[in-house]
This record gives sequence, structure tokens and C-alpha cells, in this order.
Amino acid sequence: MFRTMEITKEIKQSEDKAGLGDRCMPGETALSWKFDDGVIELALRRAPCNELGSTSLEELEKFVTALELMQADAHALIIYSEMPSGFCAGADLRELYRRSQTMEKAEAIKGVRDFLERIHRVFNLIDASRLTTIAAVHGVTFGGGFELALTCDLIIADKMARFCFPELRLGLIPGFGGIPRLKRDLGNGVVRDLLLTGRSFNVTKAQQIGLVSQVVGEGEALRAARATAAQLRKFDRATAAAAKNFIKPIPYDELRREIDMFCELFARPAVEAGLRKFVESTDAQPYLP
Amino acid sequence: MDEILNLAAAHFKVPREKLTPDEDFFKALGIDSLQTLDLLTKLENHFHVELPDYELQGVSDFRTLAAKIQARL
Repeated sequence: MFRTMEITKEIKQSEDKAGLGDRCMPGETALSWKFDDGVIELALRRAPCNELGSTSLEELEKFVTALELMQADAHALIIYSEMPSGFCAGADLRELYRRSQTMEKAEAIKGVRDFLERIHRVFNLIDASRLTTIAAVHGVTFGGGFELALTCDLIIADKMARFCFPELRLGLIPGFGGIPRLKRDLGNGVVRDLLLTGRSFNVTKAQQIGLVSQVVGEGEALRAARATAAQLRKFDRATAAAAKNFIKPIPYDELRREIDMFCELFARPAVEAGLRKFVESTDAQPYLP
Repeated sequence: MDEILNLAAAHFKVPREKLTPDEDFFKALGIDSLQTLDLLTKLENHFHVELPDYELQGVSDFRTLAAKIQARL
């Protein structure tokens, strides 16, 4: 059985389409998914590197609604990227900056909180899914992209994958649930290193610290994820779901506190300055300082 | 130094003879700051070192990059 479900994106009326608007062309989608032989595959496909903005969020919300229906007949979910540059570069900072500039501060903060609560809902649903979930990552897996990968039970990375929480460079903390999930999975010393230095690290390090389950050759992450998913088919789903529920608590209280802390920090002038500097960079794909 | 230049040329598919130690590698390789991370990953994997990317701030030539890697060996 093979079903492909795609959400057709409506063209958004934006006050600034030229250059800073949505990077999905009309008719394109930020993501798509398919359900084949018990495995749901969610493909991220928004150029240049699956930056998570309002379009991606809307489509993710539709995905998790569909997921609730599909997972009764499934045993695994694989999340991967079709973009050559990487899994996901994180939040759409250009959209965040652009929108914040059109509003009063209080309204902007309210908008940020609304966005965070919505994305937390999506990420929490993926995290709590009764399916065994696998993030097949390559290239840039930064910020919100790293946080999306952390919602999954397993991360399979190709040897060019790179991970980072660069938010401190902008005067922020990860806001999509990264800190509570990182604390859940790794030792506190490693979490401090990642958060307080904002440095990126490669898969060798990622595997050493227990973040990544498998490291595979360049371009092989999805293949390896599919092979793993095929193995998972052999197991009783109810037992696997019960085991997952037992060993993988969702840190709901900490996740809510993270939203509060993010919104407090967002109100600071340094954040606006950092965002402006990033947005005004002439680099095709600017990297945070 | 030769190893670095060879790796960079192969990964970004640029003629090896176009790369020199003191050249700006952003221009020579035609890459942006995010693609520099790919180069960093290649070099870390090849030399079995871990090089924090903040150490690359302000680094734009292969010679300085080689010195940074050497310091980690």
C-alpha cells in the first residue's frame, strides 16, 4: 500500500515578498509525507535548508493531525530532508525578524509565544508518538532542526552531519524544546558545552556522547533508517510502545518553562540587534557569529 | 598543507592547481560560511581532530586554517 499526501500551500500575501518572503514557490510544499508498508516518511523540502517558519509550522501541524490517524497501522516514522545542504538549519530567523519589525514589542512577543506553543505541540506529539521514530540527518542540523531531531527515538547521521545550538550567539536559548530534551538524553556537562559555547560538532563527537545511534556514509542516512525501520516491523507494536513510554519521559514542565524563558530573553534589545545583523548579512547562507 | 588543499579541491570540485595556501578560500572555493562547515567536517574527519568552529572566526586562508588544525594534533 502506498499513499502520498501533500499539502498544497496557498500563496501567502506578504508585505515583503521580494527576497525575504517564503522560500517555497507557488505549488511547492515545505514538507511531504508518505505511508508505505507500515513506515511513515516525513520529508522536509523547503529551500535552502528547511528553515522552520510559519509555512513549515502550518504544514507540520497538518502532518501531526494525519499522523494521529496513520499511526494505528504503522510501526515507524522516519524524518529526513531532501535539501542537499542539510537536515534543517533551524528557525526562520529572517521571517522572525521581518515580522517583529512590523509590530509593537508586546505584540511581537505575543506572536513569538504563540509560535513556540504551536511548535511545541507539534514536537511533543512526535516525541510521544507510539511509533518508533528515526531522524535521518545529514549536513546542517542546527537549532530548531537539532530540536526536531531530538524529538525522535533514534538519530541516524551521515558522516557530514553537524549539530549545533547557536542560539546563545543571538542572545537567546533554544526555544523549540532543545534544552529539556538534550538534558533527557545527555550528561549535563555535554549539555553545558553545547549551550554555553554555541559551537557546532561533527558526528564523531555526536556518537561519542551518545547522541547519534548510527554513523553512515555520506548520503546513506535515509537508507540506513529504512533498514532500521524494517527491523522494527518484527516487534509487537504494543510492547514497543509500552517500552518507549517507560524509558522516554516527556519533560512537559521544563518545556513550558523554556517557552517562558525564551520569551523573556526575546524582549531584550540585544536579540533584535543580533537578528538584524544576521538578516542583513550579504552571505548567501550566513552563519551565526 | 597539501592534504588540506587536496581535500578542499576534491570536496568542492575545484581544480587543485587553483588553490594556494594564502588565498581566500571563500573566493577560491566559491563557498559561503555555512559550506565552510562542510570543509571543517571533512578536515576533522581526516585529521581526527575536533576544531571548535569559533576558532575559525576571521580565518579565510588555508595557511591559517592549517595552523589551527596543527595545534590540535
